[in-house]
Amino acid sequence: MKPAQAADIAERIPDGATLMIGGFIGAGTPQRLVDELVRRGRRELTVIANDTARPGIGIGKLIDARLVRRLVTSHIGTNPETQRQMIAGELQVELVPQGTLVERIRCGGFGLGGVLTPTGVGTLAAQGKRMIEIDGSAFLLELPLKADFALINARRADYLGNLEYALTSRNFNPVMAMAATTVIAEVDDVVPVGVIPPDAVMTPHVLVHYLVCKERSDG
Amino acid sequence: MDDKDIIARRVALELRDGQLVNLGIGLPTQVAHHLPPGVNVFFQSENGLIGMLPLPEEGFAWADLTDAGGRPVGAGPGACAIDSAMSFGLIRGGHLDVTVLGGLQVDEKGQLANWLVPGVMVPGMGGAMDLVTGARRVIVAMTHAAKGASKIVRRCTMPLTSVRRVDLIVTELAVIEPTDEGLVLRETAPGVTVEQVLHATAARLHVPATVGTMRG
Repeated sequence: MKPAQAADIAERIPDGATLMIGGFIGAGTPQRLVDELVRRGRRELTVIANDTARPGIGIGKLIDARLVRRLVTSHIGTNPETQRQMIAGELQVELVPQGTLVERIRCGGFGLGGVLTPTGVGTLAAQGKRMIEIDGSAFLLELPLKADFALINARRADYLGNLEYALTSRNFNPVMAMAATTVIAEVDDVVPVGVIPPDAVMTPHVLVHYLVCKERSDG
Repeated sequence: MDDKDIIARRVALELRDGQLVNLGIGLPTQVAHHLPPGVNVFFQSENGLIGMLPLPEEGFAWADLTDAGGRPVGAGPGACAIDSAMSFGLIRGGHLDVTVLGGLQVDEKGQLANWLVPGVMVPGMGGAMDLVTGARRVIVAMTHAAKGASKIVRRCTMPLTSVRRVDLIVTELAVIEPTDEGLVLRETAPGVTVEQVLHATAARLHVPATVGTMRG
């Protein structure tokens, strides 16, 4: 794990990259990393995220700047601009039930070939998917999701990169930390090793490659 | 009392002390304001919270404590924060006692459509498909009609949220229970006759010998 600046991280992310971005309508989204992606104008991105927040907020900023080519998400109802780009054919959107989305990411990170879920059986969400019967009940086979980069947010990290999250800002962040080649955690606070007790660590440091801390305020 | 209050009050009577309950965005959220005395439930917010409460004061709003609509909330004693995998494990795994959701249509099979209006509104299903598929009890809280058209229909014309039969439909006019035999009219709102409900409903309703009056 290495400390890094948000600007340097954005520099490493190429056009066309697949990104998992944590957050739930902006809560738990790594805002500084998103801002740097926008500043650098990284294009043709595939974004895997629960939602696209609202215009001008969180992942919504990437949508506003038209940097996203493909979006895998559960809900775009809070962002009319995402809907507009989708209907205009400028943005490909794959809508996935929220519980299925998190399980597909979990599969990607946990070395599983897929997951069987009853959610979506008999609905539009079943289109193009294999249905498998287990003990008389129908399940959909949902396949893993992986990414080049996971951009996650945590309340604090220690010097090794052990992470602790804050309340509903946890959401997709811990599971995304499992499912990407490179994991970048943006945190509010960094503390010495041991300040976060072992039992309180929610994401172990071995998963985190880069830590983006608050900019220094003393110049 | 407006229609939404009537619905929210009646739904609140379905909740039992100690249950884990998920309220959808919009009308269902109002159920929290009408819990009968002595009934304490834990509200789940699918973005990762058990024990959600309304924000006690505006000044306490905090970016890391929000509901599934992104609005600031509070939390009560015994609250726990969970990640999305756990949250949906609770929902899909049958650990959620009750979910209350809004609806666009419910049909004679008791199947719900509530996530997509083709060509008009494409919000995505969010957590709705998991909630309707996995919760132990599904209550649909919605107005009886929209733009003059009954939302209780013979067959859903909008895309289904789940093939699972919902357990109860509560509107400002009636309480209707989907069963093996079809939709059964259980209660009518005070001052509303059975005939008025039948007239306002596009689906066939079975009317038992005794139809109660909606409490709330």
